[in-house]
Amino acid sequence: MSRRRSREEYERTLAFRFFRWLSGSKDPYLGRVEMKPQEEWREEESVQLDHLHDHQMLRDRIYDTEHNRKIIFFYKLYKLSAVVFCIGLASLLLYTVSYLPKTGAANRPANNEVPARYIEKGLQETGAVNIVTGMILDYRAFDTFGESNVLFVATVTVLILLHAKRNSKGEEEQENDRIFEPKNDAILQAGARILVPVIILFGIYIVLNGHLSPGGGFSGGAVIGAGLILYLNAFGFRKTEKLFTEKVYKWVSFSALTTYCLAKSYSFFTGANHLESHIPLGTPGHILSSGLILILNICVGMVVACTMYTFYVMFRKGDF
Amino acid sequence: MTVFQLMLMTFLIVCAVSASFSRNLLNSVLIYMSFSLVMSILWVCLESPDLAITEAAVGAGVTSLLFFATLKKIRGIVIEREVEKREKEEEEAKEHE
Repeated sequence: MSRRRSREEYERTLAFRFFRWLSGSKDPYLGRVEMKPQEEWREEESVQLDHLHDHQMLRDRIYDTEHNRKIIFFYKLYKLSAVVFCIGLASLLLYTVSYLPKTGAANRPANNEVPARYIEKGLQETGAVNIVTGMILDYRAFDTFGESNVLFVATVTVLILLHAKRNSKGEEEQENDRIFEPKNDAILQAGARILVPVIILFGIYIVLNGHLSPGGGFSGGAVIGAGLILYLNAFGFRKTEKLFTEKVYKWVSFSALTTYCLAKSYSFFTGANHLESHIPLGTPGHILSSGLILILNICVGMVVACTMYTFYVMFRKGDF
Repeated sequence: MTVFQLMLMTFLIVCAVSASFSRNLLNSVLIYMSFSLVMSILWVCLESPDLAITEAAVGAGVTSLLFFATLKKIRGIVIEREVEKREKEEEEAKEHE
């Protein structure tokens, strides 16, 4: 059993000094070495004056743009070379364009067996009256799938970059942004009431008639998106939030892209293995014809419409 | 090439030049919008209505809307009320002096 020591006695032992040194609670040099606070660095007055003089000289001689000959010469040369470069580039491009074959000429290099096949057998093989849609959604459907994915990835990136949490610093700015927004603008609302249904209907028509008439998923989707944006501008976020939320965007994009992917995988699989696809092409000219193209058009249209609308909402508010 | 198409193309060039030389950003975006619209008419003339629809919807519609939203965010669009308010404030400041 150890003897209990008093505080003074303990402070004299080696163990106390060791632990004190270990914890660094006492500086061993404090009180032994003379310490002086560092003096502020000061320049002599003559040196300061010299510096001032130098600066003044610099300003007078080099930054005097009105009288400095070198700078004047440089600016003139800069403008002249910019003009010469632009004219040279434009003439070079025009010179190259003059060598291109004429539009619609028979001996164009693009006029080979590929478009001939598209034009001759396109209707028969895809069932689409509109050759362009038959091309992009049947022969080249893989490209269109990539395009839709690019749009989706772009929206996701915008979401990451512009998504602002509520109840944060940005809220003040959001409110500030809405100060200048015309609330219940009578002209805009009256116009939107007439235009929005027509625009959205026209967009749906373009999407559904993609295989019969000009248009298709992308353009129709963009029209629908523009209509939604007009509606949003006229009636505010509260009304659109009932219809279109983040969840809706997620599920629509996800289901449309998955449907596209599955449908096209099926036709790629059957096509590559020389199997029959069992998808009826229907009578050309009917709305329910041309196999998968109608479904693919609807998928692309939904993705594009959602993307356009989401872009706008993200730019405006940073949140749904 | 008809006279109509030539006129449209001249308009295109004028639009392109004036959009880049315009001092006001809002005017630039509006000129760009009209550029897209004329371009879509030209697409119809060149017998590609598919592209015309896309150009009208994306170029003249959605892209310019995004430009407007961005301009609003960076205070590129100055509203008249704001200008008046600022002028009033400046006058008051002068009077105080």
